Amino acid sequence: MSRLRLRGLGVELGGATVVDALDLDCPAGSVVGLLGPNGSGKSTVLRTVYRALRPTSGAVLVDDEDVLSDLDARAHARLVAAMTQDQGPGFDFTVLEVVSTGRVPHQSSLARESRTDRDLVAGALARVGMAALAGRSFAELSGGEKQRVLLARALVQQPRVLVLDEPTNHLDVATQLALLELVRGLGVTVLAALHDLNLAATYCDAVHLLHDGVVVASGTPDDVLTEERIAAVFGVAAHRSRHPTTGRLHLSFSPLPSPFHPGVPL
Amino acid sequence: MDLPPPVAGLAPARVTGSVAPAPSAPARDVAAADRSARRRYRRLLLTLLVASPVVLVLAAGAGAVPIPPADVLAVLRAHLLGGPVGEPVVDQIIWQVRVPRVLLAFVVGAALAVAGAVLQAVVRNPLAEPYVLGVSAGASLAAVAVLTLGGLTSGTALASLGVPGAAFLGALATLVAVVALGRRAGRLDPARLLLAGVALSYLLQAATSWLQLRSAPNQLAAVLFWLLGTVGGADWGDLALPTAVLVLATTWLVLQGRSLNALLAGDDVAASLGVAADRVRLQLLVVAAALTAVVISVAGGVGFVGLVAPHCVRLLVGPEHRRLLPATALLGGAFLVLADLVGRLVAAPLELPLNVVTAVAGVPFFLVLLRRSTRIPGGGA
Repeated sequence: MSRLRLRGLGVELGGATVVDALDLDCPAGSVVGLLGPNGSGKSTVLRTVYRALRPTSGAVLVDDEDVLSDLDARAHARLVAAMTQDQGPGFDFTVLEVVSTGRVPHQSSLARESRTDRDLVAGALARVGMAALAGRSFAELSGGEKQRVLLARALVQQPRVLVLDEPTNHLDVATQLALLELVRGLGVTVLAALHDLNLAATYCDAVHLLHDGVVVASGTPDDVLTEERIAAVFGVAAHRSRHPTTGRLHLSFSPLPSPFHPGVPL
Repeated sequence: MDLPPPVAGLAPARVTGSVAPAPSAPARDVAAADRSARRRYRRLLLTLLVASPVVLVLAAGAGAVPIPPADVLAVLRAHLLGGPVGEPVVDQIIWQVRVPRVLLAFVVGAALAVAGAVLQAVVRNPLAEPYVLGVSAGASLAAVAVLTLGGLTSGTALASLGVPGAAFLGALATLVAVVALGRRAGRLDPARLLLAGVALSYLLQAATSWLQLRSAPNQLAAVLFWLLGTVGGADWGDLALPTAVLVLATTWLVLQGRSLNALLAGDDVAASLGVAADRVRLQLLVVAAALTAVVISVAGGVGFVGLVAPHCVRLLVGPEHRRLLPATALLGGAFLVLADLVGRLVAAPLELPLNVVTAVAGVPFFLVLLRRSTRIPGGGA
């Protein structure tokens, strides 16, 4: 298990500072949530971690290795895998082909699929419950099935750090819970951008609250997700309570009075 | 308690039938899917490997002087393995005229088909083809300029290039312009590349039309024929360069097959898989453009095969590039040999340009395949 740290991360896109001097720590084996409203820089931070974006300053460290400057793209991809918001390939790949792509950082261009490659792919498909659909066209799957396949692709990369960008988007309630349950059971270090604060409160060991590219609070969900902070960052009124069965933090929301029409809810 | 009670785990999705899966069922399912994909691919490749030589021999035998396949084979045997050369006239027709012609048709078809498959991945668009990036329009303009302004420019550098040389340079110049226009924030943007290519194509085509309008009637036939594609008049000397480029480029591209697969999943996903999308895209673009430029410069603007051959193969064995590219090369090659054959036969002694045949014969075939297939070439989610 590996520890992921971001040190002084800064990203400028088109001249605008999107992320500024960001520090973030994910202890080995923990599931860490990155929270914040749309446009707060969550995806930007994640994209630097899986090398889709070069930060303007700062470093991404896996254990003590600076993965952006010390490793090439392939070596980086053997340490860090991502499940992004892309909805898979544009052409009509089978489930098996999509998952097999996860082995790319481990394969030389001359080599054929090895026994290990095949075993890992079969194992990952079994783990996400998609083995029976291995020969099916990826494009014809439901949203939840696609997410499982994309998770399997990330798993066969054998990463030490797994990055998830809104993994529960467009999924029904049961699939959301099952997916995060599965992720928690993987035993890898996870950094996930989440919109659903209750899911974050349930499944994350720690969360970082992002606002305009800056971390405004870090810690356990219980400590970070106060009613004041949620009002300031998300612009909604939050009401804290305890989940009746899990005992964990549970949030309910209502609109704050509109800044345009005081006294009238948005 | 730290965590909620376990939620029912991910049940196997949509397993058909009511039989409870045995413990090793997932591994068996995956292996079965793998095997069936391999079998499908082997069957297609074998078919194409058998069909291609057959088509080449039949095409070499057909023409104004029909020569039976056995005699074609005898001539080939005499030249390749040594032995008695038969009737000199037959030998002349087969070895000096028809064999270079059918081989060139094969190489041109294969190169355009491979270039099309690669460009569809590079710009991530099923409508892409070798001409969409303006490469062909640039080659055509330069070729037509030499054909029509030949008299005016005689003695200049342009004239000394000849039509193939000018076409090649025109193609490369266009590629450089499209890549320059397709960059945004230091990265090659697929949508921008596509739009820059299409826009530039229109501009170059306008210039070509203008040259055609002001060309002499006796030049016009040559210009039109070149624009519509032909492998007529091919000799052995025309074959060496396109063949070498085709073999080298296709080998390299097959080795990049995994990167091409990753690229199709999007730039972010490619990055997360250790594939630097931007660098790979530029390399692929240059190789595909070189393939296109080399064959356009000898055969003119042959359309359609680069769009359709890759899709036909995708419909049969899927878009995995290490399978797609070799099969696409063979299919594109065989298809263009047949197109050339039809063009020589239907209106004999007149020859139809390749473009006319590829469109008339290819479109219905493609539409039938499209309707019968469950796979979608664009694979829209």
